[in-house]
Amino acid sequence: MATNARELTNTEFLYGHRACAGCGGSLALRLAMKVLGPRTFVAIPANCMSAVSFLYPQISFTTNAMISPFPATGAVLSGIEAGARALGFKDYSVVGFAGDGGTADIGIQALSGAIDRGDRVIYVCYDNEAYMNTGIQKSGLTPFGSRTTTSPAGRNIPGAAGRKKDMFEIVAAHGIEYAATASIGYLEDFLKKIGKAARCRTTSYIHVLSPCATGWGFPVEQTVEMGKEAVDCGLWVLAEYEDEEFVLNRKPKEFSCVGDYLKKQARFKHLKEKEVEFITANRDKKWEKILKNWKA
Amino acid sequence: MDRPKVVEYSKPLCVEDYPCGAFKAGHLVQDNAGWRVFRPVIDQQKCVRCLRCFLVCPDGAIDKSGDRLEIDYGFCKGCGVCAYECKLGAITMVREGDETDAGL
Repeated sequence: MATNARELTNTEFLYGHRACAGCGGSLALRLAMKVLGPRTFVAIPANCMSAVSFLYPQISFTTNAMISPFPATGAVLSGIEAGARALGFKDYSVVGFAGDGGTADIGIQALSGAIDRGDRVIYVCYDNEAYMNTGIQKSGLTPFGSRTTTSPAGRNIPGAAGRKKDMFEIVAAHGIEYAATASIGYLEDFLKKIGKAARCRTTSYIHVLSPCATGWGFPVEQTVEMGKEAVDCGLWVLAEYEDEEFVLNRKPKEFSCVGDYLKKQARFKHLKEKEVEFITANRDKKWEKILKNWKA
Repeated sequence: MDRPKVVEYSKPLCVEDYPCGAFKAGHLVQDNAGWRVFRPVIDQQKCVRCLRCFLVCPDGAIDKSGDRLEIDYGFCKGCGVCAYECKLGAITMVREGDETDAGL
């Protein structure tokens, strides 16, 4: 399976969609589809990607694709897989692309059920850290301090007050065959992980950080750069869960400045020194745990 | 240029004309070119075909099938990710309607 640009097919399986210019989510989906190939069944719940690629009569997926009910991505994937098996299909993939809200909030029970059943499906969560499709509302994966329309930054509360759910570890806690985090800042790593997921015999889960220029408020040309900076400053971790063990994929020698990363985005513009320090301290605490318990 | 093409499409005239159940995959009826303010232009002299732009394009508008990389201006939204990521600076963003472009 392709792991770099040279090996990737030139054929597009997601083309002509109406996502915003410089959309990180559409880049993640496009490349995942290229790795998985033409014999792929896709299910997408309500999120940006279903809104921009199924605008009848403009259908952007060139493979079998459908919109699933919002909470049912995992269940629909199981159904597609069972159907394909019953029809005697060989050599195919079943993949679901849910957003962060569709994974961590609304779709979490169906995902948990799919992993529990062990169906041979790939679940990709493209994480843009809020409900961007409906106009930037806070989700369970919105990080602390992020300004959204339902967690506005005011005098007393600095945007989202909760912490980001650790979806990767929640999924890993199921004892899943393969789970991984990725970022569109490190695309070769993402391609490799999709390829690994496709070779699994049971359920696999990929959580890919997909910066959203519209919702995060940064210049559109820096989408990939933002995904890279999130990893370099240590706020996003590239890791895998395999054979019941956590493996850290990338350990930056020295973290870049968290404040620099945050201040490039309009959603964090209001943060004061104290809050940036709080975020940095939380990062260090998390990394301490990772370095102690995960395989490097 | 090896990129999906826009097809001729006539609007349904009555309810029976609408698809029931599933509809054709990969059915494009309109391009996205109108979204663009700046157009990426590849300087073929500087390009070493590292395919970085092909990899990072969110719209898949860069075609690598030929000897030279080609941009499908029908579906490029002009986000500029390709120009930002190009390590050699071989892609410049030219304002639409500007006459100074040589790449087209």
